[in-house]
Amino acid sequence: MLEVRGLSAAYGKAQVLFELDFVAHAGEVLALLGRNGAGKSTALKRIMGLLPPRTGEIRFGGARIDALPPFRIARLGLGYVPEERRIFTDLSVRENLEVGRQPPRDGAAHWTPDRLFELFPNLGRMQDRLGGRMSGGEQQMLAVARTLMGNPRAILLDEPAEGLAPIVVEQVALAIRELKAQGLCVLLCEQNLHFARQLADRACLLEQGRIRASGTLEAVESLYAMV
Amino acid sequence: MTAASVLLQFLNGLASASSLFLVAAGLSLIFGVTRIVNFAHGSLFMLGMYAAVALAPYVGFWWSVPLAALAVGALGAVLEALLLRRLYAAPELLQLLATFALVLIIKDFALWAWGPEDLLGPRAPGLEGAVAIAGSRFPEYDVFLIACGPIVLAALWQLLRRTRWGTLVRAATQDRDMANALGVDQRHLFGSVFALGALLAGLGGALQIPREPATLAIDLQVISDAFVVVVVGGLGSIPGAFLAALLIGEIKAFCIGLGFSEFTLAVEFVVMAIVLVLRPWGLLGQMPAPVRGAGAHEPAFALPSRGALQALVAVALALCVVPLLSGGYTLVLLTDILLFALFAVSLHFLMGPGGMLSFGHAAYFGLGAYGAGLLLLKAETSMGLALLAAPLFAVFAAVVFGWFCVRLSGVYLAMLTLAFAQITWSVVYQWDAFTGGSNGLIGIWPAGWLSGKTAYYYVTLATSLAGIAAMWRVLYAPFGYALRAGRDSPLRADAIGIDVRAQQWAGFVFAGLFAGIAGALYAFSKGSISPEALAVPRSVDGLVMVLLGGLHTLTGPVWGAALFTWLQDSVARGFDYWRAVIGAVILLLVIAVPGGLGSILRARSSR
Repeated sequence: MLEVRGLSAAYGKAQVLFELDFVAHAGEVLALLGRNGAGKSTALKRIMGLLPPRTGEIRFGGARIDALPPFRIARLGLGYVPEERRIFTDLSVRENLEVGRQPPRDGAAHWTPDRLFELFPNLGRMQDRLGGRMSGGEQQMLAVARTLMGNPRAILLDEPAEGLAPIVVEQVALAIRELKAQGLCVLLCEQNLHFARQLADRACLLEQGRIRASGTLEAVESLYAMV
Repeated sequence: MTAASVLLQFLNGLASASSLFLVAAGLSLIFGVTRIVNFAHGSLFMLGMYAAVALAPYVGFWWSVPLAALAVGALGAVLEALLLRRLYAAPELLQLLATFALVLIIKDFALWAWGPEDLLGPRAPGLEGAVAIAGSRFPEYDVFLIACGPIVLAALWQLLRRTRWGTLVRAATQDRDMANALGVDQRHLFGSVFALGALLAGLGGALQIPREPATLAIDLQVISDAFVVVVVGGLGSIPGAFLAALLIGEIKAFCIGLGFSEFTLAVEFVVMAIVLVLRPWGLLGQMPAPVRGAGAHEPAFALPSRGALQALVAVALALCVVPLLSGGYTLVLLTDILLFALFAVSLHFLMGPGGMLSFGHAAYFGLGAYGAGLLLLKAETSMGLALLAAPLFAVFAAVVFGWFCVRLSGVYLAMLTLAFAQITWSVVYQWDAFTGGSNGLIGIWPAGWLSGKTAYYYVTLATSLAGIAAMWRVLYAPFGYALRAGRDSPLRADAIGIDVRAQQWAGFVFAGLFAGIAGALYAFSKGSISPEALAVPRSVDGLVMVLLGGLHTLTGPVWGAALFTWLQDSVARGFDYWRAVIGAVILLLVIAVPGGLGSILRARSSR
């Protein structure tokens, strides 16, 4: 579903990603594991078209997306949930969802606000609350829900559990499992092994902008402990 | 003043607040979403006026208003698609420069299409009469205008709160990258916002024609009013713009009503200065979200290479021998170029390394010029003393104004510099007894031994080169580094013990000093000065010079000043529409050479 070949990225003259290769399939969770600064977030931004294109090829559903602007990529059914969540703080929960809304898509679940409120009951109880008045956990759920309003076929999640209370982490994990069961492809950036272990089918270990290892989570896990 | 006349003044204030609000709302909307400060917004208002005056004889007044508004809106959509769309990723200042260029082009278009005379519009059929209010007569049309403001406010509010388009606009105002990543096509959104903003400006202009004639000078007048309203209300806040339009409309109306009409030119800027000092983000504005990664993209000023220094010395030497080869016109032009280069470099010092955008740098230039004139004519000092002491006028103003300005940043700071410049201008313009008012001062000639063109050229050459060299040298002194640190990362600079505000204040005064020197040189080279020396267009000239040359280059402003002064001088001689030519050149450069002229030289010289 999502195919990355020889992906590089740089901020100015400082190269931060070197020749990444990986493939994520429908109905699976692929974890990109790595410490702070390994290049996980940069890889997601690069896939989403938020950084200027450099070398490398990115295919989504068979089509090249590496030179497309972000909104085109989103309209192909690739969703992105950034690490900082970037909720629209002046907009209510419903309005935040409205920004993410796209027409129904063949081969993907069709999300409506009401269905999302079933997945995240908390959000249903605060539909008119402004994004800026929500807790970190609520914002995280809203960020995921907002991206799902685009009826994505694949979704990029950047450390969704970071800084959240354990009970909220549990809810987020539950939601991701539910999405996976519906056949969504999930690319999960994570440095928390415990969280990744609950969800990931396969993993790539990212170290200083390069893929150190990839394979089953168990295989990668032992290496991760050493870096 | 009786209660009835208070009521009438109050209603007058409401009526003028309406059209002020229409323009300001469009400006605020455009800024909120696209982050572009549209200097051409007043020009769109002017086009709305002319279009309505031109259409009214054919379709009648009531049809001419919506048609003119739609035409200006359509023009806005075209401008956005052809020009601004290429500039969203460009630095803020380049966008400003492009909209300045539009001001020039639109003004000359109106001159070409409708001529230099003021055009009187028709009266509004059905609303020609007056209603009796508290024993006085109040025009019916003004009652209609009073209603227009709240109606448009309510319509905009509904549009922004109740439609998907409005939700997307508000989302993109806050975080356009995120909206983009959620599938929102910014081109359509920005294009439609720009068209709507232009439509509102055109509507404001068209509605104004029964009250005042269409004139070519209204563009800068309206844009500075609209800036004040938007900044006082809070950038991006529509209700804030409404509140501020009411406040300023009322204050102006009462100034006229109480017999202080000469104070109206400055009063709104005084209000703005007070509001910005008390509430730096305006009445209903919020602190702007920090732009991600700003500063990181600003290339450092490298120390000029040995070759570059040798080239500069060669240019200076060549300038020294010019009088031996040529005289007359060339020397006059070069004198102008040199003193404007000094002015441009001082503005560059403030904007580039200082990171403080100024829309009012001409104030310091003009104060230097007036200082020289006043010392010579009123204090009857010698020319030498006048030339030496005149820049102190500019320094004094920079100390006072700078103290306020460095408390703000970004566009707000720029607006405050504009406010102070406008206040200075209106004082000079109205103080007939002392400054000569609109006539200015004449008879400011240099002493006998400098009266020749050649001698004065050498004085200008020596002073300008010394000033420019001093400013460049300071860039690589600890003070220059501290200024740049404060620009790139105020918090980190603070944390390593730099008093950012104090450094900026000092930088502000330093730049003001050299602008004042340039102004004093200017006064003696022309022999006379008028308030134009410190008016907004002169500040704009300075910005154009700096941006043409390239903000992130060292020598760029010098080349920009040379090109601009030469263009202005040579094109203006033979062609009525020289402003449009300059505007077109600017647009071409902005699109083709976004780094400015200096960047070409730099690209050549590096490796």
